[in-house]
Amino acid sequence: MAVTQESRADPIYDGTRIPSPIPTVLEVDPAIRDTDDILTVNFGPNHPSTHGVLRLIVDLDGEVVVGLHAKVGYVHTGFEKNMEQKSWWKAITYAPRIDYLAYQNNELVFVLAIEKLLGLEVPAKATWMRMLLSELNRIHSHLVWLATGALELGAISMFWYAFREREMILDLSELVTGYRMHTRYFQTGGLAEDIPPGFYPECRKFVEWMPKAIVDYDALLRKNEIWEDRTRGLGLLNRADAIALGQSGPVLRASGVDWDLRRDDPYLFYDRVNFRVPVLPHGDTYDRYRVRIEEMRASVEIVEQCLDRLERLEGEPWIADDRKVVLPPREELHTSMESLIHHFKIVTEGYSVPEGEVYVAVESARGELGCYIVSDGGPRPWRVKFRAPSFAALAATATTVQGAYIADLIAIVGSLDTLMGEVDR
Amino acid sequence: MAFEGLPGLVETREAFGETTLVVDPARLVEACMSLRDEHGFEMLIDIAATDYLGWGAPGVSGYIGTATGRNLNRPMTQGLQALPAPKPKRFSLNYHLLAIQQGAPRVRVQVWLDDGEAVPSVVSVWPGADWFEREAWDMMGIPVEGHPHPERLLMDEDWEGHPLRKDYPLGGEPVRFSGEE
Repeated sequence: MAVTQESRADPIYDGTRIPSPIPTVLEVDPAIRDTDDILTVNFGPNHPSTHGVLRLIVDLDGEVVVGLHAKVGYVHTGFEKNMEQKSWWKAITYAPRIDYLAYQNNELVFVLAIEKLLGLEVPAKATWMRMLLSELNRIHSHLVWLATGALELGAISMFWYAFREREMILDLSELVTGYRMHTRYFQTGGLAEDIPPGFYPECRKFVEWMPKAIVDYDALLRKNEIWEDRTRGLGLLNRADAIALGQSGPVLRASGVDWDLRRDDPYLFYDRVNFRVPVLPHGDTYDRYRVRIEEMRASVEIVEQCLDRLERLEGEPWIADDRKVVLPPREELHTSMESLIHHFKIVTEGYSVPEGEVYVAVESARGELGCYIVSDGGPRPWRVKFRAPSFAALAATATTVQGAYIADLIAIVGSLDTLMGEVDR
Repeated sequence: MAFEGLPGLVETREAFGETTLVVDPARLVEACMSLRDEHGFEMLIDIAATDYLGWGAPGVSGYIGTATGRNLNRPMTQGLQALPAPKPKRFSLNYHLLAIQQGAPRVRVQVWLDDGEAVPSVVSVWPGADWFEREAWDMMGIPVEGHPHPERLLMDEDWEGHPLRKDYPLGGEPVRFSGEE
């Protein structure tokens, strides 16, 4: 369902803006290249507003960006190579660290991919809980984006408000998993531990609080003249360009494409809940901001529906009963030889995953997060490849910043919500 | 969806509910054009390269390296439970495509390449392929022919080797000492 546009007369940009011949590099017009007016500025890699370690080589004509060359790879840590050396079971630990803000989604996509190869049934309680945590995590990621994005344009108070609610989500995460970030709570077959008592009431408090907080954010930014002036009509990416450049998630939906994997290619139980998919047509920084705000509202609704279901599943199993893949319950290790053997085998050698290749995609906070895995039938992955939504989004930078002012460049790159850990892997 | 008549189609495989189209690398661009314009795969989601060097080399547990049967008199090895099916060439390059339509149809286009064998660039079909192809060259050393900007993406420009290849060591980065000739 599209969100109605209230009194926005901005024209919808049409016509391609993708630079040619190199789609990701904006080259200076040869007519002005050799004049003295062009100033080449190195922006980054260590700059607080690059959302990680990104280097942009920017050509300026006065204050206008006429050339842009993005350099990435500064946080390449070889996640994929490392995961090939670990057993499937241990490799799960790496997945959340790739995208350190939407960590729960990364964990989810890797676990779903393993389960697809194994053909493993996951209990309903685990699936609902996975959905709940993924949605909380989406709010978390959008909050960090909102906080830092607004900070870059000088709205410092926004940062404190957004981080206040982020803290609540991290506390909930700590309550369930014992960790605030990078939880490794999703286990092949279900969850690592049962949901602790006291989680549902705490989560309900958050669900009640969060919509009010979003109203506050709107009050701070939405009608703020400075915010509007610096986001509206800037960083344009039209529908055709967004599709051609493989964009996904909020960036795609802000360019007028009504597409959300949760609704259009449902995984987990997303086909059993009601939620709105915000779509806006202008493809500018402002619309990307609006889409993320509306997505937070939708996520709160999903969390509430997950809670309703979970409360009725008290006492149900939270992990599949498959002793070849799933660790046996701790108490059995003292009494059952069989359990001890299974435990030993899974922890030392790891379980074997059938030969094959699969690609699984989920809607992460940043868009389509995919995981392509290849197994040779052994206990270790042969190949793991993450399709990072930020990777595609950053490739669209050259298209979006054309003709922008240097001051707006930061807001535009920020609005694509790229996360360098995920880009470089 | 039927893919008969796709240019350069070698084989169609269905596994785990996913469709894989093995395509002759020489006719890859034609095949991609056809998939984009006639089958509606407007979006290139990902390009994933895989190195199959040493595929199946650990052998089968219980005996070493042969496929004749489990010999319980030989000591156990840390091998596989069964030998995986052999692969036609060393590298596979997988193009994951998505159609923005009801049901979200997806397809995987797969090309097989030997070491050093080049693959034609699909940037003309999907501009979004730019960085994915550079990543494939950088990480796996798959040369892309006709790429508008054939440079490394993640590693330094003067980096030697391609880190995600199976024969690339995990550690052991060369250290340059001061005073060294």
